[in-house]
Amino acid sequence: MAVVKLLGTWLSPYSCKVIWALKLKGIPYEYIEEDLSNKSPMLLQYNPVHKKIPVLVHDGKPICESTVILRYIEETWPQNPLLPIDPYERAVALFWIKYADDKNPLIPKLYRTTGEELEQAAKECSEILETIEEHGLIEGKKFFGGDEINMVDISFCLVAHWLGVFEEIAGLKVFEPHKFPKLNSWAQNFKSVPVIKENLPDADKIFAVLKHRRETLLAPKPN
Amino acid sequence: MEGGVVLLDFWASMFGMRVRIALAEKEIKYEYSEQDLRNKSDLLLQMNPVHKKIPVLIHNGKPICESLVQVQYIDEVWNDQAPLLPADPYKRATARFWADFVDKKMYDSGSRIWKTKGEEQEAAKKEFIENLKLLEGELGDNLYFGGEGFGYVDVALVPFYCWFYAYEQCGNFSIEAECPKLIAWAKRCMQKESVAKSLADPEKVYEFLLQLKKAYGIE
Repeated sequence: MAVVKLLGTWLSPYSCKVIWALKLKGIPYEYIEEDLSNKSPMLLQYNPVHKKIPVLVHDGKPICESTVILRYIEETWPQNPLLPIDPYERAVALFWIKYADDKNPLIPKLYRTTGEELEQAAKECSEILETIEEHGLIEGKKFFGGDEINMVDISFCLVAHWLGVFEEIAGLKVFEPHKFPKLNSWAQNFKSVPVIKENLPDADKIFAVLKHRRETLLAPKPN
Repeated sequence: MEGGVVLLDFWASMFGMRVRIALAEKEIKYEYSEQDLRNKSDLLLQMNPVHKKIPVLIHNGKPICESLVQVQYIDEVWNDQAPLLPADPYKRATARFWADFVDKKMYDSGSRIWKTKGEEQEAAKKEFIENLKLLEGELGDNLYFGGEGFGYVDVALVPFYCWFYAYEQCGNFSIEAECPKLIAWAKRCMQKESVAKSLADPEKVYEFLLQLKKAYGIE
């Protein structure tokens, strides 16, 4: 029986965050793909409060919420640290991780809405990108924390990869490289990290699934 | 400001109260600076340019934002007494999960109780009570969350207690009737000086809420 199990879904950025943390630290794990339209008894038992993936199970004990999981991984397996050691720098990193956690749910609205709602979603998205560009990224630094990828970069993965897919589905562009040059550089750097590059779900596959999901969502409801 | 601790705060903020409790638990001397949220100071805007919100903790001239980040920072830096997070990583993960639950669920459902009426308000009350019952379940028979001493989840949640009276008045319901164990826990926390001194007076909170409702154009 594997000591570490991960319940996830292949296209979830939250699931990917945990995979990347485990792989960056070289932790072997058993991956279990969940069908969210038919949640397994195991998932419901391990995450009764939210009934969501990802769930990390370590020695039979479940940990839920991707950021809580990442912090647990960081404390349990300290090699290749994903958070700064200095308390102040760590507080700054945690601020940005919380910012990402609070804003991430807004970004998928791009593929789930139309009309005025979509306009609003695009505006919100643009504001998020502006904030990161202006306050989060430092000129000349490859990643949020410096030369090495850390938990902040991982937390902003939606911006680096999934946002592009949402834009294609919605037929509009929010993340214009010339408007957000630092963010654009950062996204390229992030996706070039070997662990990330080799464990990023294929954009075309995500596109196919989410396009279908959008059609279902927006289909006129029967009376 | 060098070497000192300053807290930019607003007296009625549950988030500010979390930080006040943590600072008091650790017996840290600090300067409390009441902020006018309708006319934000240059200092506040400079120290929290992203959100322009309180609380902001300033240590050695450097700002830390987000109340739970501030509480964790205080716990780490002043680690000589009153530990707020447990030492065991799994217990820490559990504490973080429940503090995250409080953040995600309590403020939102609580706010909807005073911002809405009729069916919407009934739904908000129902959700609020359901969330409190989940927290009661997690508390179990422990004196404090986590089963050790007063800690992180207690700090995250107890400030909402001084807003309960206001919610009850607006929603015409009794939280104690639905969640007696949780109220017993809150009263237990209020016996601690750090909590009693940090929470606002519930009557004053209700008066403030009535003013807020006027400002929002809600009856």
